[in-house]
Formats: sequence, structure tokens, C-alpha cells
Amino acid sequence: MRIKDSLTAIIVVAICLVWAFVDARAAQQGIDSALRLMTPLLLACLAGLYSERAGVFDIGLEGKMLMAAFTAASAAYLTGSAWLGLLAGIAGALALSLSLVHGLASITFRGNQLIAGVAINFLASGLTVLVGQNAFGLGGRTPSLSGAGRFNPIDLPFAETLSGVPVIGPIYSGLISGQTILVYVAFAMVPLTWWVLFRTRFGLRLRAVGENPASVDTAGVSVTRLRYAAVAICGVLTGIAGAYLATGLSAGFVKEMTAGRGFIALAALIFAKWKPWQALFATFLFGLLEAIANLYPNLDLGIVVVPSMFMNALPYILTVIILAGFVGRAIPPRAGGEPYVKER
Amino acid sequence: MDKMPKWADVILTPLISLVLAMAISALVILAIGESPWEAMKTMVQGALGSSYGWGFTLYYATNFIFTGLAVMVAYHASLFNIGGEGQAAMGGLGVALALLYIPLPHWALALPVAMVGAAILGAAWAFIPAILQAKRGSHIVITTIMFNFIAAAALNYVLVRLLRPVGSMDPASARFPEATNLPSLSDAFASIGIEWGRNTPANVTFFIALLACLLVWLLIWRTRMGYEIRALGKSEPGAVYAGISPVRITVIAMLISGGLAGMMAINNVMGEAERLVLNAVEGAGFIGIAVALMGRNHPFGVLLAALLFGFLYQGGGELALWTSIPRELIIVIQALVILFTGALDNMVRMPLERLFLRLRRKEVAE
Repeated sequence: MRIKDSLTAIIVVAICLVWAFVDARAAQQGIDSALRLMTPLLLACLAGLYSERAGVFDIGLEGKMLMAAFTAASAAYLTGSAWLGLLAGIAGALALSLSLVHGLASITFRGNQLIAGVAINFLASGLTVLVGQNAFGLGGRTPSLSGAGRFNPIDLPFAETLSGVPVIGPIYSGLISGQTILVYVAFAMVPLTWWVLFRTRFGLRLRAVGENPASVDTAGVSVTRLRYAAVAICGVLTGIAGAYLATGLSAGFVKEMTAGRGFIALAALIFAKWKPWQALFATFLFGLLEAIANLYPNLDLGIVVVPSMFMNALPYILTVIILAGFVGRAIPPRAGGEPYVKER
Repeated sequence: MDKMPKWADVILTPLISLVLAMAISALVILAIGESPWEAMKTMVQGALGSSYGWGFTLYYATNFIFTGLAVMVAYHASLFNIGGEGQAAMGGLGVALALLYIPLPHWALALPVAMVGAAILGAAWAFIPAILQAKRGSHIVITTIMFNFIAAAALNYVLVRLLRPVGSMDPASARFPEATNLPSLSDAFASIGIEWGRNTPANVTFFIALLACLLVWLLIWRTRMGYEIRALGKSEPGAVYAGISPVRITVIAMLISGGLAGMMAINNVMGEAERLVLNAVEGAGFIGIAVALMGRNHPFGVLLAALLFGFLYQGGGELALWTSIPRELIIVIQALVILFTGALDNMVRMPLERLFLRLRRKEVAE
């Protein structure tokens, strides 16, 4: 790993350290909040990673997450089980990405993937409120969830005993322990994704399909099947992300609750240059920015006062700078966005 | 040889897409236990049944004409500008700054000034994505999405911290001077003795939108610049071979596109709200995508599609008022229109092409 690639990681660690040094209690609270805020971003970012590495550009992450959040919250409310909610969330996002839109439009009918993504976002934004209002009559909300209808924090072993130990205590008991299961799932997805993409035959083919589908086709592997598989994995991950939003981060579905997270995940994906480990740090950075903006509406840095609006816009500004290629150029998969037409 | 006649391409495919979108929407309405026929009747009655309904329909349509033209111009250079939302928001800022800080005695004078302000800020907001696409190859779709969010944050800051009058809690600018308020269409009708569309926001901007359609048509099909834009859109290597600079044309097409999106602000900010409020665009920038796709990237098509969406918007509002179907039905219809006319175009087109080929073969055989 070159120094340029680990720049985000260094920045993230530096922010955390400086924060802990200035105000340890606030830092613990803020980083804890950042971990929770980054979880949906990380899951959606990895979802986009699979899809885009296979050559299917996905600006519909937002809509898929929103759909999943809605189906998850509805199922969790109706069954009283967060796990069934999770399944429903995955099903919702999967249905949206596969059957209906993304697969058909961008793979089978070789349509414009970007336009399909735009359509997915609107479809989710409209359908969730339409169906939600009809089912629950709360103006597009679902009734709030409680008890087993939500994913609740779990305490890791020894969290209680270690909490008194300096340095390790606050980090282990305060940050690592006491998150919901989906946070751990999200973090576990990072090494898993790395392994799948770079150490398995499936991963090699997936990446090849995103760079040069013709060569994969020549080798006798179906481009269509691989891309469908990638879009399906994307659906599952956005499903978990949406389910976490509705049943972990908050208690129930609210209209437009993704609030641009799908696009921040997309930004993080570019920031991470389509690599899993960098995705972890990019989403951590964006989660930190959100947490800081929430904690300090006016961040006084001594020299300047940074308004929260600037913090909110910072992920997008950083991504544009990265895209402009002034600080380490981001090069997308070569065949991204192009439908594959088999030669006859 | 074309696979199918031109009229089929221009009229039949968007029409079939629209019918498909409507059919699925009808199924959705059925699924939530309402009658699609009643819903349709309520929408037509509410949007077109009275001059009041028309007043709103035309107001919405005016917004969508501008954003639709914006998407269309960029599309001819094969640039997909999803930044209409941010560009229109910035155009609103341009209008507000012009009207609040330049003393203008009459609306006829204020209108051109506000138009210039709106166009400049809208175009400026499209400039950075354009130059990054042209010079650095950064994907314009991603940068324009990012710029939508940056615009929202910037406007939020400007409204809350800078433009908000002292003592006001509302994140909005002060009211524009009385003299700069645009005459509404109902005023215009009243002056010739006809009572039409009282208390509706439709205003003279509608005529500017019609003029914009004409000018865009002239630009794209009757000028050298338009030819260069279309040439670049068809084939970049071809354009370069013909001595067209892709950097220059990319930037110019995006500036025009951003300027048009920004000009929407004279309708909603200057004509309707008469002050700058938070989230004044209300998604019109995105509807421009549906309008341009539906209108087959032709100004006349954009005009028709904008009227259709104006009808859907006003009808959707009425629907929410009189039935238990929420407004969001319109977003579903909009999504389906984008889906069928944009992404699933081939699904509609391929069987049609096959049909026409078979018909033609039969003719030849006979």
C-alpha cells in the first residue's frame, strides 16, 4: 500500500487523535456517533463497489436504501421482529434493483444505467410514501418501533470489566462494544469484500467484466450472469443498509429518511477509488464530518468559525476535488456505464 | 434504411411509454384500493376543468419548460446534466440578489435584470462541472449531483446567515420591492376585461418560456453552434476531425444548460414567491430530466411534456386534496416515465422496429 492510498486513513486517525486530545469525553461521544452514522454509508458504498466494479454504474443507491428502509420498518412493525424486518429490507432493495429496474434496464435492454438510477430513486421516493400512507395513514411514516422490533445494542464480553482501564477502556467499552449487530456486519463486510474481489475466481471475473467485458465473454463466461450477480449483491447490501437506517439508527421509517446518504456513499466510493479498505476510511471520514456537524453547529477552530452547512457539504466538495484529479486521481472501472453488446 | 418511419419514432414510442407508465400507475392506485378512473377524473377536473386549475398547470409547466430545455441542450452534446436542481436554486439566488440590491422602478426593467442574474448564477454553477468534464474528464453526472448538494448547503447558509431579515425566524430573504412583482396572467386577462384564473401563480414568465423554446430550437438546428453541439454529441472523434474543440463546446453547452435551468427562477422566485425561500425549486430540476426524455429532446416535445407534467403536478395536488391518494403518486408516475422513455427505451423500441420491418417486408413481397 502506497502512502497516497492510506492518506484518508491517516487523516481519519489524526482527526480522532486531535479530538481525543482536546476533549476526550466529547471525542468518545462523537466517534461513537460517527461509527453509527458511517454504517449505512459503508454498506451502501460496498454495494456500489460490487456493482460498479462489474461495470454497472449505480446512482440508484439512495432509492434502494430508501425502499429497504421502508420494507424493513413495515415488516418489523407488523411482525415485531427486527430480523424479519432485515429480511424484508433486503427483499425490498433486491426487488427494486433486480427485477424491476436495474437489471432489466442496464443489462438486458442495454439502456442508460444512469437514467435507470434516477428512475429508481424517484420510484422509491414515491412508492414508499404512497404505500406507507395507505397502510399506516401517518403521512408516510411507519409507526415507531420498540423492543424486539429494533436492533438493540449488544455488549461485547468483558466490556464492563475493561471500562475502568485507561485508553483501552473508553475505546473497547465505549466505542467498539455496545453497537448493534448490523454495525459489526458492516465492518466485517470490508475484509470479506476484499477477499471476494481479490482472492476468488468470482472476484477476478467480476472485476474483469467491469474493465473489459469482451475478454470475459471470450473466455466463455457469461457477462450477463456476472453483472446480474453483482447487481444482486448490491441489492442485498443496500437492503442491509436501509434496514439498519430504519431499525437500528432510528426507530421506524420516515419519509425521505435516507436524506442523500446514497449519494454520500457514491461520493465515498469515488473517494475510495473503488477499493474496499479505502471505502472503510472514506465512509469513516464522512461519518466523522456528519457527527462533528451534529455536535458543533458552529465549529470554532480559533481562526475561523465553520458553520454546520459547510461540514455537511464537505463530503461533496472533497469528492469533486478528488474527481478533478488534483489530489490523487480517481479512475473508474473502464467499462463502467456501458451496456455490453455481444458480437454476432 | 431506417428501421421505422420517423413519425413512429417521434410520436409512437413516447406515447407507448406514457401509456405503459399510466397503466402501471393505475395498477398502483388499484392496489391501494382506489379507483384509477375516479383518480383520473379528479386530476383532469382539478388541473384542466377550470381557469383556476389551468393557472396552476401553466405555472408548473413554465418551470418544467426551463429545466427540460436545460437537460435537452446538454443532452445534445451527450452530456447528462442532472444538476438542474442546483442550477435552478442558484438562479434563484441570482434573482434575489438582483432584485434586493439593484433599485429597479418597474417590473419591465426588473425582469431582464433578474433574468441576467438568474442565468449568470445558473450558468456559473454549471461551469465548474463542465470545465472539470472537459479538461479533467471527471464524470459530469457525478459532479453535477455533488453540486446539487453543495448548492443546497450554500443556499441554506446564505438564507439563514446572510439574507434573512433581522428578527425573522423564517430562513427566507426579505420580500422583493413591490414595483418588481411580475404581473400574473390573471392580471393580464383582467386588464382586457376577462376574468381568468384568479389567485393563480401563472405569470408572464410563461411567454418567456415559449420564447426560450423557439430560441433553443433555432440554436440547436439553425446555427453553427448548434451544429457543433450536435456533432460533438454524436461522435467526439468525428467532431475533433471536423475541427470542433470538445472543450469549448462542452463548456458552452453546459453554460447554456445551466443558464436555462437558472432562468426557471424568474417564474418561481420572482413570479410566485416574490422572495427567496429554502428549497424553492421543489424537484423541478429533476422533472426536467423526465420532460426532456419524454419530449424526445426537441423543444416542441419539451413544451408538450412540460404541459403534461404541469397537468400531473396540479392534478396530483387536487388528488391529495379530494381523495386519500397522496401527492407522491406523481413522483411514481414521473419515475415510470423516466424509466420507460429513458432507461427501458429499447424495450419499447425493439418490438416496434420488428413490427415495422415485418410490415415493410410484406409490402415488398406484394
